[in-house]
Amino acid sequence: MLTIQNYKKAESLEDAWTLNQRRGSVILGGMLWLKMGKRTVQTAIDLSGLRLDRIEETPEGWSIGCMTTLRQLELHKGLNAYTNGAVREAVRHIVGVQFRNLATVGGSVWGRFGFSDVCTLLLALDSYVELYKGGNVPLVDFLTREKDRDVLVRVIVKRTPGTFLYRSVRGSQTDFPVLACAAVLVPAENGDRLRLSVGARPGRAVLFQEEAVFRGPISEADAAAFGKAAAEHIATGSNLRGSAEYRSHLIQVLAARAALELGGADRC
Amino acid sequence: MLISITLNGKKITSDVSPDALLLDWARAQGCKSVKRGCETANCGLCTVFLDDEPVLSCSVLAVRADGRRVTTLEGLQEEAREFAGFIADQGAEQCGFCNPGFVMNALALFRENPDPSVDEIKEFLAGNLCRCSGYEGQTRGILNYLAWKKARGGEGAAT
Ligand SMILES: Cc1cc2nc3c(=O)[nH]c(=O)nc-3n(C[C@H](O)[C@H](O)[C@H](O)COP(=O)(O)OP(=O)(O)OC[C@H]3O[C@@H](n4cnc5c(N)ncnc54)[C@H](O)[C@@H]3O)c2cc1C
Ligand code: FES
Ligand code: FES
Repeated sequence: MLTIQNYKKAESLEDAWTLNQRRGSVILGGMLWLKMGKRTVQTAIDLSGLRLDRIEETPEGWSIGCMTTLRQLELHKGLNAYTNGAVREAVRHIVGVQFRNLATVGGSVWGRFGFSDVCTLLLALDSYVELYKGGNVPLVDFLTREKDRDVLVRVIVKRTPGTFLYRSVRGSQTDFPVLACAAVLVPAENGDRLRLSVGARPGRAVLFQEEAVFRGPISEADAAAFGKAAAEHIATGSNLRGSAEYRSHLIQVLAARAALELGGADRC
Repeated sequence: MLISITLNGKKITSDVSPDALLLDWARAQGCKSVKRGCETANCGLCTVFLDDEPVLSCSVLAVRADGRRVTTLEGLQEEAREFAGFIADQGAEQCGFCNPGFVMNALALFRENPDPSVDEIKEFLAGNLCRCSGYEGQTRGILNYLAWKKARGGEGAAT
């Protein structure tokens, strides 16, 4: 049970940051994860008055306020057009619409959960985390950092060229993923390159970048080799949702399929 | 803390503790359709509308609803009764425990998408768990309701 002694609606980011420096203070995102734990919070800090619940399009890409909900991501036309629907695919299996109307991008990224579809997706994109005191940090670095008492203000997604795809495997609908995977085909100078983000390993999402450059459509043999390389490179572990061996097998299959879907002769 | 919420069209001011949940607050106002199922944001039974969006009231602080509109099944009686009849006609439920959350979220779906496909229905209602049925009867009930709405010349159930 979550016990809260004081609730404070932050008036500014400085106010939120200052309040958050005290032990016993906690920033509230959608509160869904926080509520699962048993703890007493001295001051719960609410950022919902700071106009951070929106996605703004910028010349470079998108700026996603930390209080933006997963449902807003799911329905966002610009982000979904850019990612070929990968954004929607990544979040639409998370519990239910009522849940996604509450869960926030800020809480999802700050939490750095191993199982996170949101982190897996964002890692495949050119994403940065804007911290109030810490400035802009590439997501790939943020995911390996220890938690501190900063405030996550926004997630920045830069519009870099690529074709995207998202797939997850779940034991049952709305459960945590057994494995999550986001793939990008990036146009390079003399061909295309593949980048893969894999989460729910069950550890935090990591990136695998294929050295090979594909000239022309990706063949079945190339795709299989990519799958094999990804499975060998990405460490997996076991938990009650699946064994390390099963997860490595899934990586091999999903990576090969992604390569064909994104770059095979039949791609649309 | 003093909060003021418009519940089913009526403004209510009350004094709540910082960690009071919207679920308990709504029940304390007599809205007993709002039920506690899992309390871990998994089952959808506690669904209410916050402004016009369906949310899980077991996971929202009452203080966060301050100055906003909350709608429960009690506030949607007419719309709900019409629809619930179609669910009953299919014998779609056994114990009926999941019904209030299910009806709330189905109404949210009809407002957002008056003519959903079966896949869209299943996706939208995925967060409403039913321990008794296999969801088939509920899906049939929804499809029959939408067909009836269409036949009446209405635009689905959108209001
Ligand atoms: C039952 C359940 C099932 C789930 N299933 C999935 C799933 O299948 N896939 C998936 O990807 N995710 C899943 N999640 C995780 C969910 O999607 C969210 O990522 C998670 O709930 C955190 O988001 P929140 O808004 O609820 O954050 P909160 O619970 O409010 O906060 C999480 C943490 O982040 C901190 N925080 C929040 N915002 C900020 C900020 N702006 N700056 C600094 N710190 C901040 C909080 O203090 C807290 O430590 C699930 C969660 C639950 C409870
Ligand atoms: S009681 Fe709220 S989701 Fe189950
Ligand atoms: S009818 Fe019993 S839980 Fe749905």
